[in-house]
Amino acid sequence: MVSPAGIVPDVASEKAIQVRLAGSLGGFTLDVDFQAPMRGVTALFGPSGCGKTTILRCIAGLQKLPGHITVGTEPWQDGARFLPPHKRAIGYVFQEPSLFPHLSVRQNLAYGERRAKTPHKAIHVDDVVTLLGLTHLVDRDPAHLSGGERQRVSIGRALLSQPRLLLMDEPLSALDRMAKDEILPYLETLHANLSIPIILVSHDIAEVERLADHLVVLQAGRIVSSGPLNDALTNPQLPFAQERDSAAVLPATVVQKDDDGIVTLDVLGTPLFVVDHALEVGHDVRVRIAASDVSLARDRAEQSSILNLLPARIVGIDAVGNAEANVRLTLDEQRNIEFMARLSQRSLNRLNLHVGETVVAQIKGVSCTAIG
Amino acid sequence: MTTDLWEPIALTLKLAGITTVLLLIIGTPIAWWLARSRSRLKEVVATLVALPLVLPPTVLGFYLLIVLGPNGLGGIFGELAGVRTFAFTFEGLVFGSILYSMPFVVQPIRNAFEAMGQRPMEVAATLRASPWDRFLTVALPLARPGFLTAAVLGFAHTVGEFGVILMIGGNIPGETKVLSVAIYDFVETLRWKEAHILSAGMLAFSFIVILAMSLLARRSGQRTF
Repeated sequence: MVSPAGIVPDVASEKAIQVRLAGSLGGFTLDVDFQAPMRGVTALFGPSGCGKTTILRCIAGLQKLPGHITVGTEPWQDGARFLPPHKRAIGYVFQEPSLFPHLSVRQNLAYGERRAKTPHKAIHVDDVVTLLGLTHLVDRDPAHLSGGERQRVSIGRALLSQPRLLLMDEPLSALDRMAKDEILPYLETLHANLSIPIILVSHDIAEVERLADHLVVLQAGRIVSSGPLNDALTNPQLPFAQERDSAAVLPATVVQKDDDGIVTLDVLGTPLFVVDHALEVGHDVRVRIAASDVSLARDRAEQSSILNLLPARIVGIDAVGNAEANVRLTLDEQRNIEFMARLSQRSLNRLNLHVGETVVAQIKGVSCTAIG
Repeated sequence: MTTDLWEPIALTLKLAGITTVLLLIIGTPIAWWLARSRSRLKEVVATLVALPLVLPPTVLGFYLLIVLGPNGLGGIFGELAGVRTFAFTFEGLVFGSILYSMPFVVQPIRNAFEAMGQRPMEVAATLRASPWDRFLTVALPLARPGFLTAAVLGFAHTVGEFGVILMIGGNIPGETKVLSVAIYDFVETLRWKEAHILSAGMLAFSFIVILAMSLLARRSGQRTF
């Protein structure tokens, strides 16, 4: 199982993926040092040309820059040692689906599986075929598949090589909108069902919000921040919180499902109500709360159409432009998981809000994604 | 028909067959290196390989004659093989033909390797295939159209070889007297009928080769010449 969104598993050095790279590649300088947990999805996020794909290729051994790469207890690269790519237990999903055109889908899937060095195979063809919905595709020729289908086969092929680490280089960016919507749920299923850590390169924050647990933000070959997803999303020093559609992503569990379609989630001990027919009791979900969907009140307005009225504590107030501000709130101070309310400066002044006060957060819209 | 006709045909097919097989073996690593290397030497080697395209065959033949002869490498290696020289031998013709037909084999294979790009090999590497493994299971099958073109062109070009053979092979029946030399010989001795038969055969052969190449190229979706 994977950790709920935003809560990082131990990044204790021994159980982490450690990457330290410094060097130049054709005029571009990369200088990074970060750790990623051995569980869940770590996203490398940044604009194109920031070096995220280069980092991924270095982890795979497809490219070489001076530095150290350790996965768990295995050093893949250090001073003298450089493990060639075929000796690294990785699965790599390239940006464009790269199936071998001279092999059938089934042979493509078998290519890595046959060469996997692990004595007992944890991931079986049948599981992958079911997980990625490939049943009706296995006997076809890659040339006759759609882009989305090809990418699903590529993902399956990577998984069947029994990787200890799955690397994905913007697996959705070469696909059109429809193919993207087709694949995202499969990626979420992977995230929920696999115990293999995934490093995902992305420049799409919506994708990151849905998939990542840990976020490494890059800019021009350097690391801007590295930490749990929600910490980055709500961090006033980073650009995410300033965005028009800034949001927090919190972990939750489905605890109740009523006949009128309302589902009760447990978010850090606080109940949250959403309308969602797909969720079942016991599911772990990630809850996205957009800052602009949260308003604040001094008192609990009982005569409101808003179902979610949560007592929350103000932990910070940061200006956004001249007229607005983000109020950072927490439900559970011990775990220090924050979400945000986007208010106008005028409302802020009228309510006379200050850090440390407890207010009622009125949450108008919540979007939920099942993660298990 | 007489042995006068059959002998040169058989000899030519044998020469072209052996040359083609050896060229595919020698040419593949050269083509791979030319397609992949970033070395500065690359263009120099590519030029050397391409030289027979523009060099008059007699010039190539002249230098080969010196190299194969008793005072050249032919003398050194000939001693090991118990002969005085490799000039005017079938082995000498094979050696000359390999150099002469090299560009026609290396270039299509190189093109095919280049057209494939790096990606399939990278994919195979991430799927645990060792360098040899991925060369055999990915690069070779993907470059198949290039190999077909190379084999056909290398064979056909060797069949049509004349100048080099005249210089280093001479005209020894059953040893160095190949088709093109035989035709020349028949014309010289005014045996028009035999010259006609062999020439018409070559004409048909060449037509079939070029037609086959075009069909192959169309089927694999890439033009090679």
